[in-house]
Amino acid sequence: MAGRNLLDKVWDLHAVRELPGGQTQLFIGLHLIHEVTSPQAFAMLREMSREVRFPSRTFATVDHIIPTRSHARPLADPLAEAMLVALERNTAAAGIPLFDPASGKQGIVHVIGPELGLTQPGMTIACGDSHTSTHGAFGAVAFGIGTSQVRDVLASQCLLLSRPKVRRIEVGGKLARGVYAKDVILSIIRALGVKGGVGFAYEYAGPVLDAMSVEERLTVCNMSIEGGARCGYVNPDALTFEYLRGREFAPRGDAFERAVQWWRGIASDPDAHYDDRVALDGDRVAPSVTWGINPGQSVGVDERLPRPADAPDAERSGLEEAYGYMDLRAGEPVAGTPIDVAFIGSCTNGRISDLREAARVAQLGKVAPGVKALVVPGSHAVAQQAEREGLPEIFRAAGFEWREPGCSMCLAMNPDKLVGREMCASSSNRNFKGRQGSPTGRTLLMSPAMVAAAALRGHVIDVRELL
Amino acid sequence: MAERIERIVGRGCVLRGDDIDTDRVIPARFLRCVTFDGLGEHAFEDDRKQAKGDHPLDVARFAGAEILIVGRNFGCGSSREHAPQALQRRGFRAFLGASFAEIFAGNCTALGLPCATLEAADLARLMDAVEADPEQEITLDLEASRVHCRAGSFAAHIAPGAREQLLQGSWNATAVLLEAGERIERTAASLPYLSGFET
Repeated sequence: MAGRNLLDKVWDLHAVRELPGGQTQLFIGLHLIHEVTSPQAFAMLREMSREVRFPSRTFATVDHIIPTRSHARPLADPLAEAMLVALERNTAAAGIPLFDPASGKQGIVHVIGPELGLTQPGMTIACGDSHTSTHGAFGAVAFGIGTSQVRDVLASQCLLLSRPKVRRIEVGGKLARGVYAKDVILSIIRALGVKGGVGFAYEYAGPVLDAMSVEERLTVCNMSIEGGARCGYVNPDALTFEYLRGREFAPRGDAFERAVQWWRGIASDPDAHYDDRVALDGDRVAPSVTWGINPGQSVGVDERLPRPADAPDAERSGLEEAYGYMDLRAGEPVAGTPIDVAFIGSCTNGRISDLREAARVAQLGKVAPGVKALVVPGSHAVAQQAEREGLPEIFRAAGFEWREPGCSMCLAMNPDKLVGREMCASSSNRNFKGRQGSPTGRTLLMSPAMVAAAALRGHVIDVRELL
Repeated sequence: MAERIERIVGRGCVLRGDDIDTDRVIPARFLRCVTFDGLGEHAFEDDRKQAKGDHPLDVARFAGAEILIVGRNFGCGSSREHAPQALQRRGFRAFLGASFAEIFAGNCTALGLPCATLEAADLARLMDAVEADPEQEITLDLEASRVHCRAGSFAAHIAPGAREQLLQGSWNATAVLLEAGERIERTAASLPYLSGFET
């Protein structure tokens, strides 16, 4: 009999019962909430006269709407202030810990979960945010949910779900200098498509993933949803365990050693069964740039933009729509595309290692005239570490703005927005039409180092030319 | 228990295009709210402004439609339930398409809104037929897993779990989940990370 993969092991451990339609009632070990998708869930709970069933397993922070110039209260936007007040009231009434700016632990929900040690191998993790897949980097089964499901978790600590299939994606070889985790996941999505992962959990593996730091694995798992996979994970290993040691919510002392034993056993067996397998050559991954309106529309920075005529019939109209929106030309090199804004941050690339790589590039020059460049750390902890390392000074000296932590211009629910047709080199995760706050704004996704390089030159450039 | 949803009958609105994400369905700036009230008027707001009255949600021939007919991977991207909430508040009660993003489809089920997929050729015929004759009544029969209209009758697939929930009236999952009672606590107690890794 074939061995079992991590998803099956974690799923079976958390299954409360099976339902007639084939769905599982799955216990959720860790529930994370934020101000955007939770107020309606608490309201529904009140309408049902229900209490939060496991308040000790839900943790809250504020990230989407928080302004990045200042976290001072009241927030200037009355709608944002009302959302934060609702979160404060709801969490206080239920006894749910809230990591707000005053706590010193605030940050993007997918940045603080790992850094506080809340995210651990073998857990089921849910949050009303599609980038919850991020937490899979620890070998957790983590996925985004809607607000009605947030209500379900608050009321029962469970969800009704169908078990996904598992696709193992092995990235072989070794990444070249100047190639990052962001380039790996953009290449995977380009190869498998933005809906290739629907119905699947992605297990990322192989020498490239083995060699990645935990933070790099977080970047890869973060964008699973951009490939259609609700959940993506990496099997836990020694790097995972060392990352967790000493974190606030990680087990301590003898319990940590017992935890490591259990975590090891959660990893996929060497002979595990998979529903599908895909291999990718890490040696061939180039610094990648999206040019279109979905994250699958990317090219290596040394490539030219694809011609719709060369595309399969089913994709042609999508390419034409993307060219129409982006005002870019098929057949042209992506390098040289002028930018107006550079954004470094987000749950994809707002961690300390991302800021270090961007700073390494930023210190080589000055932001090009006419380019607005901002750096938004993913959390207070990231910001504090960056300050200890002198990174804000490096960024400021180069002409970048250094801001307070939050989601910021990834989705522009706060005041950080593109204006008009601005073109933004962005380390975030989505290049959808209007995503960065202007209904006609344009996004080019790339690694933080590539964003920094584009900021210095005023156009897309291969970061390897600068390093 | 919620209402049993066995069939949806109504006129269709054809929204062509693949990979339509939830940021387009409801741009993020409209998520600055603590209730879902009023979201309906902002559904597809930016697309509609750019189409200057020519968007399927604005054209007279689709006015009053209750079934939205879409392409591949509809509802991809953000998990925001605000997207189906906005479309529901605009009057849509079912979605027919080539495929749906997983979180969007799950959110729809939680609201009692079926998402049914059709084979590519059937969907193309349905889209053409509804554009040519938008007055025709469309029936999504969940029991039979079929779509009927003047243009013909087509097989329609709904994910088995979701179909069961809609047909049984158990799509508001909270009540179903709470039926498990103490089994929830027993499962929690069996998890090593909730008991100091003593077990």
